[in-house]
Amino acid sequence: MLRLFKKIITTGIVTEAVKYPQDAELEQLGIRIKRHIDRKFAGSIAIRQVDAGSCNGCELEIHALNNPYYDIERFGVHFVASPRHADVLLVTGPVSRHMQTALLRTYEATPNPKWVIAVGDCATCGGEFGVSYASCGAVANVIPVDAVIAGCPPTPLALIKGLLALCERH
Amino acid sequence: MSQADWVTTFQQQLETLGVSVNQQPANPLENALCWLIPNEHWSQLAELAAREGLRWSAGWAEHANDEFLINALLEKQGRYWLARTAVGSAKPELPSQANAFHAANRSERHTQDLFGIKFTGHPDKRPWTRHKAWDKHSHPLRKDFPVQGNPASVVPADMDYPFIQAHGAGTYEIPVGPVHAGIIEPGHFRFQAVGETILNLEERLGYVHKGIEKIAEGRTPEGLARLAGRVSGDSTIAHAWAACRAMEHAAGIAIPQQAALVRGILLERERVANHLGDIGAICNDVAFVFAQMQFTRLRENWLRSNAKIFGHRLLMDCVMPGGVKFAPSDADCQHIKQDIAQLRNELTDVITALDLNSSLEDRLYTAGFLSEAIATALGVVGYVGRASGQDFDVRRDKPYPPYDQVTFKVAFETQGDIASRFWIRYKEIMAALKLIERFIDLLEPGDIVADWQTPAAGSEGLGIIEGWRGETVCYVRFAEANRIARYYPRDPSLLNWPALEKLVLNNIVPDFPVCNKSVNGSYSGHDL
Repeated sequence: MLRLFKKIITTGIVTEAVKYPQDAELEQLGIRIKRHIDRKFAGSIAIRQVDAGSCNGCELEIHALNNPYYDIERFGVHFVASPRHADVLLVTGPVSRHMQTALLRTYEATPNPKWVIAVGDCATCGGEFGVSYASCGAVANVIPVDAVIAGCPPTPLALIKGLLALCERH
Repeated sequence: MSQADWVTTFQQQLETLGVSVNQQPANPLENALCWLIPNEHWSQLAELAAREGLRWSAGWAEHANDEFLINALLEKQGRYWLARTAVGSAKPELPSQANAFHAANRSERHTQDLFGIKFTGHPDKRPWTRHKAWDKHSHPLRKDFPVQGNPASVVPADMDYPFIQAHGAGTYEIPVGPVHAGIIEPGHFRFQAVGETILNLEERLGYVHKGIEKIAEGRTPEGLARLAGRVSGDSTIAHAWAACRAMEHAAGIAIPQQAALVRGILLERERVANHLGDIGAICNDVAFVFAQMQFTRLRENWLRSNAKIFGHRLLMDCVMPGGVKFAPSDADCQHIKQDIAQLRNELTDVITALDLNSSLEDRLYTAGFLSEAIATALGVVGYVGRASGQDFDVRRDKPYPPYDQVTFKVAFETQGDIASRFWIRYKEIMAALKLIERFIDLLEPGDIVADWQTPAAGSEGLGIIEGWRGETVCYVRFAEANRIARYYPRDPSLLNWPALEKLVLNNIVPDFPVCNKSVNGSYSGHDL
C-alpha cells in the first residue's frame, strides 16, 4: 500500500500546465469550454458516446479524454451510461446499416435540448467506408448533426476544440 | 517429428481415406502450401486435420466466373497449409468443417451470408453477419451484387434472431447492447442467469459490418493499405502490414531490410500501447482506479511519442505497399530509447504496487477461467491463447522479416484466468521493449520503400502477422491493372470471441466487463 501512495505522490498531478507547458493551450481551451457550458447547462455537460460503426480508433481517442493529462471531467464534461442522462450524443463511425435503428432509438431516448456531435472523418463524411449496401455513411444521413469534429481519428485536443466550437455556435 | 514430416504423413493419410489431393505445381503462395481438394471431401479433410492436431486458422471464399473457390487455412508447428476447393455457382453447397473445427463455425456462416454458399451439416443454421440490411436471397460478395445494394431507407433492428432460451425457477435473461454503457463498440450479449451467476452467454455480433470486403474490390494497393489500416483501429499496423505483405507476395516484391525493421518497431509500439491501455482498463473494471490512471498516463506518453516520431498517435498509414512512410532519424531513435528506459522504470513502480495488492488479486485470480482444453478446441490465438496453454506466436513459429533476425522470449502461461491474461500482457510489453531496442540497433541508413510492380492478374498473396491481439491473416488477389479483386482480413478476434462465451460461465454478471476486457475482442475487426 505504501508503494501505491508513494507512486501517487511522486507522479503528482500531471494535469498541471506548469509541469507540461505544451499543454497550456489545452488548459486555456478547457476553461473556455467550462464558461460556455456553465451558461447552457449549469456547469455540467453529460455525453453519451455512441459507436455507430467505427473502426474503434475514435473510441481510443475519446477514452484518452479521461486520462490524467486531459482530465476532461474537471471542466464539467462527463460521460454517462444512458442516453436518457445525456445532453450530447458523441457519435463515431460511418453509420452501419445494422446500427441505423439503434442510433435512431438512442437519439429519440435523449431528452431535449440535445446536441449531436459527429466525431471522426467517417462520421463527418463517410470517410474510408462511404455509403454502401452496409453503410449509411455520415451521421448526418441518419440523425441531425450540430457539430462535426474531423480527423482520423481526431486527437484528444481536437475533440476538446470541437466541443468548444459547438458551444460557441449556440 | 520434423516440420516437413507432418505434411507428408498428412497427405498419405488423406490418400488412404480416398481423398485425392492435388498439390498445385507452381505453388501460388509463398508462405503456405496450397492444395486442391475435391469438394465432396471438404469435411472429411477437416475431420482428419482435427485428429492430427492441425489448427483451423482462417476460411474465406471467392467468386470467380461461374464458380466459387473456398479456402481453409490450417496450421501445425508453424507450417501453414491452405486447402482449396471449388463449387459451381448454380447451386453452391459444400460439406461444413464446423463439426470438426469450432473456429470454422462463424466463419462459414459469414461466408454463407455474404456468398450464399450453403454449408451442409453445419451445426448452426442461423445467419451471423447478416442482420436486415440485405435479405437472405441476395449475397453482397457475389460479383453481380452492386456495391450500393438495395437497402431499406431505415434498416430495421434484427429482432428475430433465435437466441438459446433457458427455463426454470429463478432463471432470467439479460439482453445487453448493441449500444453499451461505456465508450466501446456495439454488439449484443444475451445472458441467462440465476441470481448473479451466468448460466449461459450468447454473443450476437455483426452490428458494425461496413462491407469492408466489398469496398476493397477495385482499389489500388495504396487504397487497400489505407482501408486495411481501418479494419480495426487499434490494430492498424497489424492489418496494414498483413495486407501489404499479401500484396507484396502477389507482386513478387521483397521490401528493403530497413522497411522491415521499421515495421517491426511500429508493430511492437502498437503492441505496447494497447497492452498498456488494456492493463489499466482491466483494473478499472474491478474499480482499481489507481492503475487505470497510471496506465492511461503511460499510454498517453507513448502515443505522444508516436505522434512526434511517426506523425500519428495510433500510427495509421505508416505502413504502405513496398515499405514504410517514415524511417526514424538518429535523434528519434535516441528519443525512443529514452522513452523505453523511462517506461521500464515507471512499470517497475506501478507493477510492484499492483502485484502486492490483495484486493486486486482477489478479483482477478480464478475469475474468467479458460481451460487449456477449451482454448485448444476453440483454436484461440494471441495473448488469450498464450494465457491458456496455446504456445504459438507467428513471430517465432513462422518468422517473417525482421523477426527472423532476432531471438526473443514468447510469454506463455497455463493458468487461464484474468490474472494470467493480465500478466501475459505485462510480459509481452517487456519483450516488445527489448525488440524495439534490438530493431533500432539493427537500423542502418537505406531505402525504406521498394518500387512497386504491377502484379499479373489473378496473382494472390497471403499475409500472416502476429499483431498485438494475435495471429492476423490477410488474403489478397489482384485483378487486372493493379486493382484488388479480393481482400479478406481475418482478425484474431474472430477466433477469440467464442472463448468469451465459455470463460464467463459460472462467473457473476457484474464480472462480465472485466472478463470481456481481459479478452478485448475487436467488434469492427470481426464484423468487417
